Amino acid sequence: MNYKLIDHTADFGIHVFGLNPKDLFINAASAMFEQIAESEDKSWEKKHDIKISGADWPDLMVNWLRELLFLWSARQMLIKDIDISSITETGLAAVLAYDAYHPDNHILKSEIKAVTYHQIQVKESSTGWEAKIIFDV
Amino acid sequence: MTHQLKKIDDYRWELPQSGAMNVPGMIYTSAALQKTKDINEPVQQVANVASLPGILKASLAMPDMHWGYGFPIGGVAAFDWENGVISPGGVGYDINCGVRLASTHLVEGDIKDRLEDLVNALYQNTPTGVGSTGSVTLSYSEEKKVLKQGSRWALRQGFGVDNDIERTEDSGCMPNADPDLISKRALERGKKQLGTLGSGNHFLEVGVVDEIFLPETARVFGLFEGQVTLMLHTGSRGFGYQVCDDFLAIMTKHVHKLGINLPDRQLACAMIQSDMGRRYYNAMACAANYAWANRQILLHQARETFQRALNISPRALGMNMVYDVCHNIAKKEEHVINGKKQTVCVHRKGATRSFPPGHQSICSEYRDTGQPVIIPGDMGTASYVMVGTEEAMDETFGSTCHGAGRVLSRKAAKKKSRGRAINRELEDKGILVRWTGRSTLAEEMPDAYKDISQVVDVVDGAGISKKVARLRPIAVVKG
Repeated sequence: MNYKLIDHTADFGIHVFGLNPKDLFINAASAMFEQIAESEDKSWEKKHDIKISGADWPDLMVNWLRELLFLWSARQMLIKDIDISSITETGLAAVLAYDAYHPDNHILKSEIKAVTYHQIQVKESSTGWEAKIIFDV
Repeated sequence: MTHQLKKIDDYRWELPQSGAMNVPGMIYTSAALQKTKDINEPVQQVANVASLPGILKASLAMPDMHWGYGFPIGGVAAFDWENGVISPGGVGYDINCGVRLASTHLVEGDIKDRLEDLVNALYQNTPTGVGSTGSVTLSYSEEKKVLKQGSRWALRQGFGVDNDIERTEDSGCMPNADPDLISKRALERGKKQLGTLGSGNHFLEVGVVDEIFLPETARVFGLFEGQVTLMLHTGSRGFGYQVCDDFLAIMTKHVHKLGINLPDRQLACAMIQSDMGRRYYNAMACAANYAWANRQILLHQARETFQRALNISPRALGMNMVYDVCHNIAKKEEHVINGKKQTVCVHRKGATRSFPPGHQSICSEYRDTGQPVIIPGDMGTASYVMVGTEEAMDETFGSTCHGAGRVLSRKAAKKKSRGRAINRELEDKGILVRWTGRSTLAEEMPDAYKDISQVVDVVDGAGISKKVARLRPIAVVKG
């Protein structure tokens, strides 16, 4: 597992690891969606392109997860696979493969209301890259 | 950093002004509550809030305080209307999350045999759970009317009676709401969710008045011992989260203009008298109005469900609003500070308005008693009806606590519930529960919350609201 859950009284968060920024951002997104829903279905076909910008690494991470959470909350898109084609400290471009939510195929686990800036951390470490993100649930 | 609190009396602990703090902190708590968990993190947040520009008198925290994002949950802070800030983090994501209480003409014995049918019907007729969509379908132009009119919109559609609105804080509408400031994304999320309960700690609860503390006030509120009540707790759903998120994203980009070093990005804020500050205040009002319309529709649906499930007339049911309070909000109010009347922006994040007898913002029926304050507890214990006081006006910008406050994280609660059937345990206590989310029941189990009576005893002892009645749950619907 490339992430750990951070346990807080009213909310929860993730401590995510990656070899490089691209890996880290993909792992953070996967970790978030593992908290949102479980599914048996592996036949996702649908694709969606997105571009995200940010002021720095932490801001880019919040904006990235916030965009994915919007796609889920408003459009019922459960992100299953991510291809990040380019990433810098201030922007990334990605292609998402997703499942459209259906109660027969997915079990919802928890509602994440928002991705917060609270105690946000994204940094390079001795073994690669890591990030801490707190969600409002 | 560990903060040293200075005990003032059995209910008040001061956080002396130090470092970047512009004012001291004041924490309403008790020795017993402080032992229940580590309070260092929320106390640090009280200090952070005290460092924001234009804060007046003190950064306050109620006894149900716990760690939040930016501001602590249970935090109250007032900022100078001309020279202070407004902060989305001081309101929270669920703008105008709140509680509504209705009384009935029924007593427990009237529904005891049919309680199971009733809870099943309430569960069936109330959209609950993650991403639930409502029974009301809105066009974008109609949605904007909801945002502008609040409860009044719901009433015009036939959801409720006039009396419901009079007994809602601010009559269920903040008049400054400006729907043109709302993003397409927020409108998209709001379109489908009106008339839904949501998930997490939101609930609909049938209760019984268990004990009366102030008989005369209870009588004015329409409450008597043994009476069946209905309480619901929800807010502005995805619409409010999106409004908060939109403004946090913009404000974090612009906050450097204030020339202050924020200890936490989640404290992003803007001067109230700036374009950004005004836009947030008027957009937040849209979410507040959405939440009031939402609770109005849910109440109406619950009324109809009671009538059908129990096969009784509206008159026999007599489901009358007691009051509706919001506990995540920022509002323009007048308060007396150091003997001087001042216009301020009061942020209540997980705190309830507690206005005293005689206050002009309270409907005429409650003008002599003070406003009803509704404090929900966990689903296995009790909830309280309290009343607003002059002491709250003097000390806490007319504010008091909002609920029990979590003591266990969701993960810790799940761990503690392992091998236990929480629904059975509740049933043994005479509480029927229906729920949607797989882990909702474990996460929301009574052990996960502070003892509500300890929380309420602090605000009662401090005098910032007084106990009127205790309600005991008998049926609960959770998201």
